[in-house]
Amino acid sequence: MNYRSLLFIPGNNPGMLQSSDILGADGIIIDLEDAVALTEKDAARILVREYLTTFEPRKGVFIRINPLDSPYFYDDLDVIKDLKITGIVLPKAGVEPMTKLEEYLDEHDLDLEVIPLVETAMGLETALEIVQVSDRIIGLFLGAEDLTLDLGAKRTKESKEIEYARSRIIAAAKAFGIQAFDTPFTDTDDIEGLRIDTKNAKDLGMTGKTAISPRHVDEINKAFSPTEEEIDYALRVVEGVKAANEKGLGAFSLDGKMIDAPIIKRALNLLKTSGDYKEEYDELLK
Amino acid sequence: MAKGKLEIKKMATAGSVESNDILIMISQGEGDIEIELESVVEKQFGEDIKNVIRETLIEEGITDAKVIAKDKGALDFTIKARVRACVQRGVEA
Amino acid sequence: MNYLNNIDVRTVKVLEQSEFPSKSQPKNKLIENAEELIRGLGLKDNAVVSFHHHLRNGDKVLNTIMKEIQRTGVKGLTLVASSLFPVHAEIIPLLQDGTIENIVTSYISGDLAKAISYGELKGNIIMQTHGGRARSILNGEIEIDVAFIASPSADKYGNISGVNGPNSCGTLGYVIADSIKAKTVVSVTDCLVDYPNYPADITEDYVDYVLLIDSIGRKEGIVSGTTKVTKDPIGLKIAKDTLKVMEATGLLKDGLSYQSGAGGISLAVTAFLRDYMIENNIKGSFASGGITGYLTNMLEEGLFSSLFDVQCFDLEAIESLKRNPNHIRMSASQYGNSEVSAVVDNLDIVILGATEIDTNFNVNVTTGADGVLMGGSGGHADTAAGSKVSIIVSKLFSSRIPLIKDRVDVITTPGTTVDVLVTERGICVNPLRTDLIEAFKKAKLDIIDIKDLKAYSESIMGKPEPIEKTDRIIGLSQYRDGRIIDYIYQVKK
Repeated sequence: MNYRSLLFIPGNNPGMLQSSDILGADGIIIDLEDAVALTEKDAARILVREYLTTFEPRKGVFIRINPLDSPYFYDDLDVIKDLKITGIVLPKAGVEPMTKLEEYLDEHDLDLEVIPLVETAMGLETALEIVQVSDRIIGLFLGAEDLTLDLGAKRTKESKEIEYARSRIIAAAKAFGIQAFDTPFTDTDDIEGLRIDTKNAKDLGMTGKTAISPRHVDEINKAFSPTEEEIDYALRVVEGVKAANEKGLGAFSLDGKMIDAPIIKRALNLLKTSGDYKEEYDELLK
Repeated sequence: MAKGKLEIKKMATAGSVESNDILIMISQGEGDIEIELESVVEKQFGEDIKNVIRETLIEEGITDAKVIAKDKGALDFTIKARVRACVQRGVEA
Repeated sequence: MNYLNNIDVRTVKVLEQSEFPSKSQPKNKLIENAEELIRGLGLKDNAVVSFHHHLRNGDKVLNTIMKEIQRTGVKGLTLVASSLFPVHAEIIPLLQDGTIENIVTSYISGDLAKAISYGELKGNIIMQTHGGRARSILNGEIEIDVAFIASPSADKYGNISGVNGPNSCGTLGYVIADSIKAKTVVSVTDCLVDYPNYPADITEDYVDYVLLIDSIGRKEGIVSGTTKVTKDPIGLKIAKDTLKVMEATGLLKDGLSYQSGAGGISLAVTAFLRDYMIENNIKGSFASGGITGYLTNMLEEGLFSSLFDVQCFDLEAIESLKRNPNHIRMSASQYGNSEVSAVVDNLDIVILGATEIDTNFNVNVTTGADGVLMGGSGGHADTAAGSKVSIIVSKLFSSRIPLIKDRVDVITTPGTTVDVLVTERGICVNPLRTDLIEAFKKAKLDIIDIKDLKAYSESIMGKPEPIEKTDRIIGLSQYRDGRIIDYIYQVKK
């Protein structure tokens, strides 16, 4: 499944938990890490467990556990191993934490997806290696707040300081055909700022974005959904390919532009996201 | 499934008085389970809430405790979770 | 029969020139002492006195006047107040000593409401609608002896304006009927201005006395600064779905007429509607009811051609009323009187709240989950009846307080006039509205049977214990046309 939006839900907040399935996000990340005070780690784990065992599990439930270098890493995993969830978000991702997580998941034979949260300089520079640790990884998630702290960079709304990090994450993710999730936009009231930030991330190649406010979900979903024009264009490309194939033509042009394999592939990908993909299209790239 | 019998060793609290949450305070009892409840939905669900607290205590192996609960409209899953957390905290020496 | 009673005109006595009138003089209406005024009125036992609630929880007039009346020793009064707020808890002793025996109102909250629910009122409380109140006064069903009109400003002849003065509250729509029909009309003001006071909501020809007191209210209790849209994600989700419902009705087009309450979710619906109207280039006809800055902005943006204002909710609304001629004052009668032509009958869509709704779509906004009075119809039943589509917006889970019941505690608005319920867990349509069910199907809008939604809610929250009531009826829920639609019972302490 392709997640346009992943919404953080504070793990120790019953009101948010019980509403987490109706806030419009493609997936949720129940947070046991930063959103939970050190003194409430135990209570949050228990609350999350009760919630997830009481209610029909929805699709796309991830839990952000505490990092390997905290005292809670294995406590969190011990609770999670019995829960019906989609996967785990691993904070302060690096080769070692990912390896330890993979070992635990193998040991307990858990069929869970993993999203490494890259938020350190080392994590960023070893992103390619992290992804290679496990087949469970479905995407890389850039955490810009901690990363900029680690880099000694000034965090700004314009986010020029994370352009490199974004591109690096995107490249590592695309190299392995997995998703690239952008850092959340932290000003919950600034919807226009969110719009610009999301567009910047998408234009660089991010495939989805995380959110810390439910009010950001719609905007993110919209940004990562193809527009009517894009869908129309993709359908025209596909029709063009079909016609060209029938005529035995190798290449063709649309609106005066040569249509080559990358354009066709992009059109097909877009139709997959928009839900307009048909099985017969499988033949087109052969 | 009831756990082995456990004893509350010290006073403990869990939860909060935020909306949809419940604050549970537990201390040693006087031979049985005693529950004092204050709830925004006391008239409608007071007995239900006390039952959930009592049953969860028994599930956790507690048969002797005094509980003071301040409820802000928590659903059962939250009540259970807060009671369990409270017990966990209270049985640690 | 004619004006002259068919008398022979030759028998009519003509004035001698010596008897001719002198020039007329301005009436002396100004009194600066409340005690003197009240004594002078000579109120008798069982008299009927009325007040309006445009000063809302900032009102000081009702308490001041009622306590002054109490000192005269009259008993058994009927208090006809358009609404009563927490600030009016000060009159609880007047219930206990029998000064006030009956209350007629459209909304009541706070400790006074609690006291009545627990049986402190000797007589009964009649819960009306805003339109029903105007109807019952104008058609003589209720005869008011004295109307005390809290007046943000008045001149000494009784031209009353709601937009001038330090305690300005905007339009005075709820008290127009009182000013027309009460046997005696008293303007109570703390801001005496030079003659003539304009624009006047009530003109001098309807006013008998002007009472000047130190203060009629507390500004911060009267209007809010700027009313804000909710940030609560559940409320926003409901509002978003409500816009989809409105779109599916097919009514979101040029000429749209619209009303919503000032609650957080309702305001959010209005905010989403604004975006929708801009995006789709829709020019509405009018918005009505209590007016907020959101609506005045939409008026200025050309999204509505006019506003019908019965009550200003914030400062922006008052400012707009002062300067925008398309922002129109509306009396409660014009708003919702079922015996005349009323604005509600031309409403397309109304967005309303609910404390409880039952499987017959009856709505309660009169009592709370504990059965205690804490609200009232206001314009709820009027607009539900008049609108083409009435939409109830409410959370299904609000701190475990159940929304959907088999039977609401008190019926405020009959289910036969309630069309759609939007909650965060599903949209329900009144089975009577087969046309809407069809339209929503076409729009691919998921709907759920209200009984199923109730069952779902109870599967998570449990089934609530019924509220404990006594056998004593303390009041009636009166429909806008004067018929009674429910009893109100005393609650066990």
